[in-house]
Amino acid sequence: MTSSCRLMPRLRRLALILLLLLPFAGGLPGRAADPAEIRIGYLRLVESKQQPISLLDEPNDDDGIAGARLGVEDNNGTGRFTNQHFSIEDLRVKPTDDAAAATKSLIDKGIMLIIVDLPPTVLLAAADAARASGATIFDAGSIDDSLREENCRANVIHTAPTRSMLADALAQYLSWKRWQRWLLVTGSHPQDALYADALKRAAKRFGATIVEERVFKDTGGARRTDSGIVQTQRQMPVFTQNAPAYDVLVAADESNVFAGYLPYRTWDARPVAGSAGLVPTSWDPAHDSWGAVQMQNRFIKLAQRRMKAIDMQAWTAVRMIGEGATRTQSADPAKIITYIKSPSFEVAAFKGQKLTLRDWNLQLRQPILLSDGRTVVSVSPQEGYLHQTSELDTLGYDRPETKCKLN
Amino acid sequence: MQAELIRRRGIRRRSLLLLASSALALGGASPSLAYTAYVTNERDNTVSVVDLDKMQTVKTISVGQRPRGIVISPDGKFLYVCAGDDDIVQIIETKSQEVVGDLPSGPDPELLALSKTGDLLYLSNENDALVTIIDLKERKALAQIPVGVEPEGMGVSPDGKVVVNTSETTNMAHFIDTDKREVVANVLVDSRPRYAEWKSDGSEVWVSAEVGGTVSVIDPVKHDVTSKITFSVPGLRSEAIQPVGIRFTKDGKIAFVALGPANRVAVVNAQTHEVEKYLLVGQRVWQLAFTPDQKYLISTNGVSNDISVIDVANLKVIKSIQVGSFPWGVAISPE
Repeated sequence: MTSSCRLMPRLRRLALILLLLLPFAGGLPGRAADPAEIRIGYLRLVESKQQPISLLDEPNDDDGIAGARLGVEDNNGTGRFTNQHFSIEDLRVKPTDDAAAATKSLIDKGIMLIIVDLPPTVLLAAADAARASGATIFDAGSIDDSLREENCRANVIHTAPTRSMLADALAQYLSWKRWQRWLLVTGSHPQDALYADALKRAAKRFGATIVEERVFKDTGGARRTDSGIVQTQRQMPVFTQNAPAYDVLVAADESNVFAGYLPYRTWDARPVAGSAGLVPTSWDPAHDSWGAVQMQNRFIKLAQRRMKAIDMQAWTAVRMIGEGATRTQSADPAKIITYIKSPSFEVAAFKGQKLTLRDWNLQLRQPILLSDGRTVVSVSPQEGYLHQTSELDTLGYDRPETKCKLN
Repeated sequence: MQAELIRRRGIRRRSLLLLASSALALGGASPSLAYTAYVTNERDNTVSVVDLDKMQTVKTISVGQRPRGIVISPDGKFLYVCAGDDDIVQIIETKSQEVVGDLPSGPDPELLALSKTGDLLYLSNENDALVTIIDLKERKALAQIPVGVEPEGMGVSPDGKVVVNTSETTNMAHFIDTDKREVVANVLVDSRPRYAEWKSDGSEVWVSAEVGGTVSVIDPVKHDVTSKITFSVPGLRSEAIQPVGIRFTKDGKIAFVALGPANRVAVVNAQTHEVEKYLLVGQRVWQLAFTPDQKYLISTNGVSNDISVIDVANLKVIKSIQVGSFPWGVAISPE
């Protein structure tokens, strides 16, 4: 605010000189001339995504990778003191490309830790290609439960939450609000049905009733026309008309076809949750608790935009690798992964508590934020949902239910 | 109705206190309770002035945005308050109870510590991974020392030669030589280290890890973690135990550790490192401060908007005092 609080140029220079002198300042042992290098791969699918309903949700070219880059910067902040250096290699594949070959190309360069933002089938191809070489995949982008259940892999660690975790987080809050009669509206794409299944499971677990389920058919077409509002305003009330008495409309629309049009347009005056309205997510650009402001500031400085869930999931994967490298004092990927899979592993990620790994399917336990797009309304698990191991295990498939067999 | 109940309970507690103090007076000891506690309220941008004789808030001072770290000069004349969102450290004169100036703190100051002589201020700049040293007489920044990501805790050694700074994302305690003004050692601790406190004989530094849920005991000569203190409260999930503020009694026998959302202050045998007791205080207990006679320990309880007064000799919480919104730091006037 005042000019006195800004760093003076001379001090900046002094700080820089001190920084350069640091390697000679003693401290942790093993300070060699060259820092140990930890290389991380980032593999992502580039596809032409459909326009979002809101301009505010436009995808960015550096979605995810920007979070990973910040993680690398943070790890290198620590690496200055531990004589380790982290770097990231960004590799994009097109839907027609061979993801397994792309994975192998990273491994051929000696990169054994690979963060991916890929759809489930492509991810599995990458994972199986990595497995032969002993490389580990960090799934930062897919919320698919099957990747943690029947299709789980011993070399895939998941930092993205699952659909079931997101649905349970929402259901716990709606239950706390006593909004227990849901009108479920599902999109017509396969992943919408998966999310609807997770929501139905959540409703059952947390005492909600689905009074009716409707399907909103995606008939295609352009998202944005100059007179679009007129039609939507007429279409949505009619679509939600004649529903049985309900407390909240829950929408399953992962393809962003219609849910964004629901709030304020339902026939009955009811709140919307799920894919629009109150949305469960691993991160929100408005999240400001538990030191998150520092994280948001650092991200904006680096990426010149606000931080999204995919950025946070990628950042967390890089920080997990950083924790492994710091705690084991090693740049050996095998040692890093052994540590991450051990009971001593924990990582802080601005969620008010430590995040740990579910040993039965390598899913990162994490609180889920509930955002209305402007602020974080609540954070689940909600108070009172108890668990013998971790309250975070009230979100998603728990150990006794798992179909995963790691080998 | 609830307010009424609390008030009544307060009166009863106060009369008990009165009884206790008159008993003390009869016993010949004169209770020297003319202490004032200054509490930063993170949410409402104020400092509450609490009369520890009357056991109530007597004044509220408006300060900059998001006040957190607070220290008092050894002579008791000035308070230094980090107003993080305004990127300044404000100076409050205790006599007039008014903000009389500010210091060039660097961006986003959060926690600070005074040198033993009271002429230098060490503070952490969270956004820039720096520790800034400020000359209080000149009101000028003397140096900035690069440390780990998100620096926070700041503990000055009893001989003033070393400052320990903790970095929340790097998870280290950085030992800074105050003469050379550089980092001389880095000690890895558990996740999100928040606070560093030296034993008065300089034999140990304790560092709390908020997310890790532990306190690391560090040998300041060897720069090694010699033991790790863990906490467990029956019926409370382990994630809710988040150690933050630490204070030692002058004799070095007892340590108090604030446990955040566990709503408890742990009483730790500072010699054996065993946890002996958990004192139930207000919600999200954050920082701690003794009265100079160490008769009372004050805890700030962020979520319940109050401070708890702990009777140190009897290890009992004797009073809650309402302050502002989200109390964070506390400093108490010297003798």
